[in-house]
Amino acid sequence: MTMQIAHSGPLISSDARARAREALTRDNLRTEPKAVRIAIITIAITFLTVFVVLPLVVVFTHAFSKGIAAYLAALAEPEALAAIKLTLLVAAISVGLNLVFGLVAAWAIAKFDFPGKTFLITLIDLPFSVSPVISGLVFVLLFGAQGYFGGWLRDHDIQILFAVPGIALATTFVTFPFVARALIPLMQEQGTQEEEAAISLGASGLQTFFRVTLPNIKWGVLYGVLLCNARAMGEFGAVSVVSGHIRGETNTMPLLVEILYNEYQFIAAFAIASLLAMLALITLIAKTVLERHLDEGEDASDH
Amino acid sequence: MTIEVRNLVKTFGSFKALDGVDLKVESGELVALLGPSGSGKTTLLRIVAGLDWPDSGEVLINGEDALAQGARERHVGFVFQHYALFRHMTVFENVAFGLRVQPRAVRKDEAAIRARVKELLDLVQLDWLADRYPSQLSGGQRQRIALARALAIEPRILLLDEPFGALDAKVRKELRKWLRSLHHEINVTSIFVTHDQEEALEVANRVVVMDKGRIEQIGSPGDVYESPASAFVHGFIGESIELPVQVEGGVIKLGDRPLRLAADGLAPGASKLFVRRHDMLVGPPGSGAFEGAVQHVRNFGPVQRAEVALSGGETIEIDTPRDKELHAGDSIGLEPRRYRIFAGT
Amino acid sequence: MLTGGLVSAIAARRRTLPGFGLTMGLTLTWLSVIILIPLAGLFLKSLELSPEQFWNILSSRRTLNALRVSFGLAFAAACVNLVMGSIIVWALVRYRFPGRRLFDAIVDVPFALPTAVAGVALTALFAEKGWLGAPLAALGIKVAFTPVGIFVAMIFIGIPFVVRTVQPVLQDLDPEIEEAAGSLGASRWQTIIRVILPSLAPALLTGLALAFARAVGEYGSVIFIAGNLPNVSEIAPLLIVIRLSEFRYADATAIAVVMLVVSFVIIFAVNRLQRWAQSRIPVR
Repeated sequence: MTMQIAHSGPLISSDARARAREALTRDNLRTEPKAVRIAIITIAITFLTVFVVLPLVVVFTHAFSKGIAAYLAALAEPEALAAIKLTLLVAAISVGLNLVFGLVAAWAIAKFDFPGKTFLITLIDLPFSVSPVISGLVFVLLFGAQGYFGGWLRDHDIQILFAVPGIALATTFVTFPFVARALIPLMQEQGTQEEEAAISLGASGLQTFFRVTLPNIKWGVLYGVLLCNARAMGEFGAVSVVSGHIRGETNTMPLLVEILYNEYQFIAAFAIASLLAMLALITLIAKTVLERHLDEGEDASDH
Repeated sequence: MTIEVRNLVKTFGSFKALDGVDLKVESGELVALLGPSGSGKTTLLRIVAGLDWPDSGEVLINGEDALAQGARERHVGFVFQHYALFRHMTVFENVAFGLRVQPRAVRKDEAAIRARVKELLDLVQLDWLADRYPSQLSGGQRQRIALARALAIEPRILLLDEPFGALDAKVRKELRKWLRSLHHEINVTSIFVTHDQEEALEVANRVVVMDKGRIEQIGSPGDVYESPASAFVHGFIGESIELPVQVEGGVIKLGDRPLRLAADGLAPGASKLFVRRHDMLVGPPGSGAFEGAVQHVRNFGPVQRAEVALSGGETIEIDTPRDKELHAGDSIGLEPRRYRIFAGT
Repeated sequence: MLTGGLVSAIAARRRTLPGFGLTMGLTLTWLSVIILIPLAGLFLKSLELSPEQFWNILSSRRTLNALRVSFGLAFAAACVNLVMGSIIVWALVRYRFPGRRLFDAIVDVPFALPTAVAGVALTALFAEKGWLGAPLAALGIKVAFTPVGIFVAMIFIGIPFVVRTVQPVLQDLDPEIEEAAGSLGASRWQTIIRVILPSLAPALLTGLALAFARAVGEYGSVIFIAGNLPNVSEIAPLLIVIRLSEFRYADATAIAVVMLVVSFVIIFAVNRLQRWAQSRIPVR
C-alpha cells in the first residue's frame, strides 16, 4: 500500500523514482497479500465502529430525540445547572492542585538524581491502578462517621464527606498523576544544561524556572492539564462514593446522568451526557494538536 | 584573575573522577585541559564553574574561596559542549539573558542592554542573526552565540567544555584560530577542555594533560610534545613507537637482545621505550640500535610510512622522508634520533 | 575527622540547580497527604479484622461471586482486547486507508469519555430495543443486563490500553529486521510469528495487564449495563459500594484490600515487563 507512489505525477525526477522503487520493494517484503490486508482493515474498522463510534453517536441521537427545545430545556433545569457549576468548581480545584504538584514534583524528579527515583514515580502512578470505587472508599474510611478523623470532624463541625471538600479530594486523588506524568519524561529528556547555563549566567532559581524551564515545557503542561481536567470532570466512581448524592448540592454531571437515567428521564440524562461527550471530543482534538506541538518541540531541541 | 585548584578529589560512586588535582592558572592565560574521555577534565571544569562540587579540596578564584559560592555568584562564563542555548529565545534574547536576570539594583536599562548585546554579536561576527532561533543556526554559529552569551555577564574567567567537540573538521579549524584571536582581544583568563591534542597544542598557551583523574603534566605545547613527563603523555600526544624493554645492569634489552642505547641513570626493571615515528632514522643493516625488515610502505603526504618487523618479531611503524624510498622486503637498520624510557609496564 | 567527613559529605550533596530540598519535600508531603495516608488507612482498617473475619467475608458466596465476575470477565475482555488491539495496531501502523487518522484518534475515546456516559450509551446501544441489541435479541443473544453486558463494557474501556502500548513499539520496529528475515527465505507468516511477534511480546503483555487492571476496577461504564444481579452480574466494585451503603465497612474494606493487592501485583509485573523490554532494545 504505497499512496505516495500513486500520488506522484509523471514529472518526478529519476531520483524520486529511484526512491519510489526502493519504497516499493521494501513494502513488498514487509506486507501481506491484498485479501489479508483488506480483512485486517475491515475487522479493525468494524470493531472500532461498534465499540467506540456507535456509543458516541447513541449519546447525541438520544439527547436530541425529542428535538432541540427539549434538549435545551433539560439543560436549563436548576439541577442540571447546579451539577455543571459543581463539576466546574471541583475540576478547577483538583486541576489547580495537581498542576502545582505536577510542576513541583517534575522539577524534583526530572532535574535531580537521587536513589529511589523509580519507586517514587511508581507511587505517583498508584492512582491510575486503583479502582475508582476504592479511591472514594479510602476517604470514607478517613472522614466518614466511623472513620479515623470522623469524630474529630463532627466535634469541630467540619463537613468533608457528602460535601464539596470530599468530592474535590477524591477527584484530586484520581487525577493525581496526570500533570506530573506528562512533565517528568519531557523534562528528563530536556536535561539540565539550559538550567545550568541560566544559573551560571546569574539567574536565580525562580528566574531559571519561569524564564527557561517553563517556556520549554509549556505544551507539556497544557497536555497534562487537559487530560487531568477531562478525568476530573468525568470522574464517576470515586465521586459517587463520597458525594452522598444530595440533589442540587453534591451531584456532579456524571452523577446526575446516573440519577436521571435511573429515573427514566432519558432525554435529560443524555443531554447532560452529551455535554460530557463533547468535553471528551474537544479534549481529544486539543490533545492531537498538542501532541503535534510536543513532537515539533522535540525536533527543534536537536540535542 | 587567577584560578587555583588544590588537592581536588571527586568520586561518582566507586569511580574516581578527580584524584588529588592541583593546578594554578595565571591571569590572562588560555589553558587547555587535555585527556581521554573519563580522565576527569570536564569534572574539573564543572567544579571550577560551580556546576559540580568536589568531595574535598579547594578552588580559589582570584585568591577567594570559590566553593563558598554557588554557580550563580561565581561570575564565571561557561560555554557548554552542546551550547545549551535557550531554544525558545532568539539569539538576541539568549545573549541578553544574563543581563536581564541581574538584580534590579544593578540591572542595566533596556538601551544599555541592547547596546551591549549588539557589541557582543559584533564581536562574534553574528550580528545579522539576532532575530533567529537557535534551531535555525549551524553548529559553528551556535558555538559562537554560546560564547557571546557567556561573555555578556563580563565573566571573571571563561570556561569552555569541548568547545569544538560537536563540529565538523573544517569548522573546527576555523573556530580554533578565531578563539585564539578572540582570547587575545578580550584577554580573559580561560580554560578549555578537549580530547583533541592538535586543538590543545594549537590554541592554548599552556596544556594540562590529564589521565584517570590525575594531572600527568603541565607545560607549554612545546614542552608536552618534546619532553613528555610520563609514558602516558608520550603515548597520548603525538604518534609514538612504544616498545616494552628491560633495564638490567646498565643495559637496555628488548626481549633477550641488548640494544645499543645508553642506559645511564635508569632504574633497573621492566620499562617502556618511546620513540617518535619521525625520530627513527633509517640506515643500512647493522647501522643502528634495531634491525628490521620493511613489510609495507604507504606513500602519502610529506612522509612515507613504513611498517617494519624488528628482528625480535615486534612490528613498528615509522615515518621517514620521501627522498630515501623504502620498499617492501628491504632489510634496514634503525637508529632512534631521540628516545625516552619510562619505568614500569 | 568526623566533622571533616560530614562537611565533605554535605558539600558533595550540594547541587547546582536550586530547589531540590524544597520541591522534594513538597512532593513527598503532598504525595503522603493525598495518596499514601488514605491508602494506608485502608490497610490499617483491614488489620482491625481478625484473619478469620477477613476470611469469612471473602469466602461468603456473594463476595466470591462478585470477585469471580470481576476478575473472570476482566481477563476475558483483556484477552479479546489483546487480539483486537493487535489487529487495530497492525492496520493503523502498517496500512494506509481512508479515515486512518480519524480511527487512530477514535481509539482514545474510551480514555476520554466519562465512564457514566459510556455506561448509559452502551446500555442504550445493547438494550433489547437498541440499535445492536435488537438484531442480537432476534438471534436470541441478550447482552444488556447480563454478564455479557459487563464483558462488552470491559472490552470498551480496555481497548486503548493495548493499542497505545503496542503501537509505538511496532512503529519503531526496525524495518531492516523484517527485510533480513525475508531475504533469509522466511515466509511472511514466519517473519510475523518468529521475528515481529517476539519483538512485540513485552508490549503486548503490558497492554494485556493494563487492560485487565483497568477492567477489574471499572465501575461507571459497567454498572448501567450489568443488571447487577447478586451472584450473577454483580461486580466487586459495586459490592463495595453496596456494603458501604449498608454501613458494613469491614466487608467493603476486605474486598477493597484484595482488589488493591491484585492491582499492586499487576503494577509490579508491568514495571518488570518494561525493564525487560528495555533490556531487549536492540542497539541501532
